[in-house]
Amino acid sequence: MATSVMDHSGVHDAAKTGLWSWITTVDHKRIGILYGVSAFVFFLIGGLEALLIRWQLGSANNTFLSPDRYNQLFTMHGTTMIFLAVMPLSAMFFNFLIPLQIGARDVAFPRLNAFSYWVFIFGGLLLNSSFLFNLAPNAGWFGYANLTTKPYSPELNVDFWIIGLQILGIASLAAGVNFFTTIINLRGPGMKLMRMPMFVWMSFITQVLILLAFPVITVALIMLMFDRHFGTMFFTVAQGGDPTLWQHLFWIFGHPEVYILILPAFGIVSEILPVFSRKPLFGYAAMVFSGAFIAFLGFGVWSHHMFATGMGPIADAVFSLSTMLIAVPTGVKIFNWIGTIWGGSLQFKTPMYFALGFIAMFIMGGLSGVMHASPPADLQQTDTYFVVAHFHYVLFGGSIFALTAGAYYWFPKMFGKMLDEGLGKVHFWLMLIGFNLTFMPMHFLGLNGMPRRVYTYPAGTGFEFWNRVETAGSLLLGFSFLVFVYNIFRTMRKAPPAPADPWNGATLEWAIPSPPQEFNFADVPVVHGRDPLWDLKRERGGMLPEPPRVSGKGIHMPNPSYWPIVAALGVLVTLSGFIIGFPYVNLVGAVILLIGIFRWAFEPAG
Amino acid sequence: MHLETTTGLDSRKMAIWTFIGSECLFFASLISTYMVYKGKSLTGPYPHEPWTNPSTHEVVKPILNIPLTSVSTFVLLMSSFAVVLALAGAQRGKRGMLIGWLSATMVGGMIFLGGQVYEFSHFVKEGLTLHQNLFGATFFTLTGFHGGHVTVGLIWLGSVLYTAIKGDLPPEKALNLEMAALYWHFVDVIWIIIFTVIYLIK
Repeated sequence: MATSVMDHSGVHDAAKTGLWSWITTVDHKRIGILYGVSAFVFFLIGGLEALLIRWQLGSANNTFLSPDRYNQLFTMHGTTMIFLAVMPLSAMFFNFLIPLQIGARDVAFPRLNAFSYWVFIFGGLLLNSSFLFNLAPNAGWFGYANLTTKPYSPELNVDFWIIGLQILGIASLAAGVNFFTTIINLRGPGMKLMRMPMFVWMSFITQVLILLAFPVITVALIMLMFDRHFGTMFFTVAQGGDPTLWQHLFWIFGHPEVYILILPAFGIVSEILPVFSRKPLFGYAAMVFSGAFIAFLGFGVWSHHMFATGMGPIADAVFSLSTMLIAVPTGVKIFNWIGTIWGGSLQFKTPMYFALGFIAMFIMGGLSGVMHASPPADLQQTDTYFVVAHFHYVLFGGSIFALTAGAYYWFPKMFGKMLDEGLGKVHFWLMLIGFNLTFMPMHFLGLNGMPRRVYTYPAGTGFEFWNRVETAGSLLLGFSFLVFVYNIFRTMRKAPPAPADPWNGATLEWAIPSPPQEFNFADVPVVHGRDPLWDLKRERGGMLPEPPRVSGKGIHMPNPSYWPIVAALGVLVTLSGFIIGFPYVNLVGAVILLIGIFRWAFEPAG
Repeated sequence: MHLETTTGLDSRKMAIWTFIGSECLFFASLISTYMVYKGKSLTGPYPHEPWTNPSTHEVVKPILNIPLTSVSTFVLLMSSFAVVLALAGAQRGKRGMLIGWLSATMVGGMIFLGGQVYEFSHFVKEGLTLHQNLFGATFFTLTGFHGGHVTVGLIWLGSVLYTAIKGDLPPEKALNLEMAALYWHFVDVIWIIIFTVIYLIK
């Protein structure tokens, strides 16, 4: 390429601040922050939806929400929390931390990374834009056919859901390829696979799950779209189709998806517990292999979501046993976390509070999960609030507690300021109490027969008291995040700069200034063990001196580019053509996409 | 930018292999759907059995033309062979070999696509559409998405051919072709499975 000989020296100094620099950024740290901020906003939106649901259920025969609005809210609450909050919050940590923890200057494909983010944000905006037309998805986050086929969902609600999920899937797959390659190929000298921090290991396994699970839902969504638009009959019984095919395909994706949501959380907690116990992670190899084993088994358990469809005793027995088997590697992890803190000199800082809260809450969610693994028990619990209790204990008590722990732990590294410890602990106790008040009674209500996904219940059923408690708890839970938001604003305005290594960390990101400079490491670090920074501190006999900020002259970094956002826009327009005007809008989108990809491919990457 | 990588393998090559791994699950889902619905069509035309149209009393022969598709399958496989030679030409800096065989690859791909267009339009005339029966739905979805992949491969190979003709594909940039070639091989291998499942297994 003739252009590759041009002088790049001016490029790096231009546009370091301002909106344009964020739109064109290919810096993994900035993209991580973009993911984090966007996902947190979506998390607050999803939380608001949950509060509206809870307000509606706070009393019997309530008319606060109409049945259709209620359907929209519970569908969008689930879809938002899974695809727009927990996954991208994990992606924030993948982006920010993976290159830092393996000693790399960026990810393998910085522009693809920007593309992933822009596709994600466009998908999220498209999904939520459906509220503006009062056409928000209303058939559940699982989109069961044939409820979602044209005769039963004639409006565009389900199309927003299908297209939104397809767009988000593209973002996840692009990121999956990127991080898989980064972890395999961009490790610094001495960073062998079995020396990688546990967060990097769990992220790596998560990428494998994303790469293998997302194509399946892509196909399922394509078939559903064809049924709705082009007259196929994949899920139409009258023409020989079978709605259970949807359930199989959805859950072959859907069950690995829950490990996509929880494995990064396992990784975060496995980073935090050793640092605040002043001990290396107990049973490192067992942690790696149990994580891999969970992921492997995750592809062989999907039908435990479908016991109620009546698959027969053999299938029920197989899926029941494989599901119970997952408790073994998960138990290994829990015992190893306990082994890590056992006998350690514990430091009760805010991240440690949330990490310990994670262990306790996740155990409760795991135990009710084992109960679901038994078909006779599951048949009693299916479609009741017991299931809602279970998955909130693993996804909120698990993922969100761990992600919050990670937010407090890495905030100084990301923004150069320490979040307030006092407010952090207030946040923790409010969240722990609010969480248990909200979700613990759902176990009782579910076993007493309260069905999920109904917008109200009659008076005199005995459901009123615990529902009122749950609604009160959910308000407390929502309030706890206001404390968190206040903490962030106060910290950003008032807190003094944080040191490079405020927690006496063990991993490489604490060796460089907070926040890190664009090129991460002035000199690429050489790794000799699993806790490289602790090894170095032991060698030097104490904490390391504050690393200086250096000029970085001569370090070659990738150029900023606006073609990723153009290509992402092409993806959005191409796919949204199925909602707003097939086939001309699709063709316009394909042209934008092609222009974006070709200009991207032929511009100098730097 | 030539960074040293941990494995010594270029990251772009690693990425394309990763992507192919993911694509396997995409086609596995489509092929599984085809197999699950095999023989479940409530009405014809059928792939391997004759069918009497109840409204016209016209007899529709088994709809698959196995000899024709065998020929286009052979052409597609030969295009895989051609792209190997094109890559050898690129790596050795033999411009004629590169451009000649890369063009041959694309011609092979286009013949295959042409065969598919002919087959699709023929089927529609015989009364097999996406919404006629489960065979039509699963057949057109599976082979259609494969044809879409062939089209993407042709666009990709075409853009590499364009850089080669411009003289911008020296041996040190042969990876640009190798990535497209890996994808092309994958599309061919998947077709062998699809051809076996749809055409050869009755």
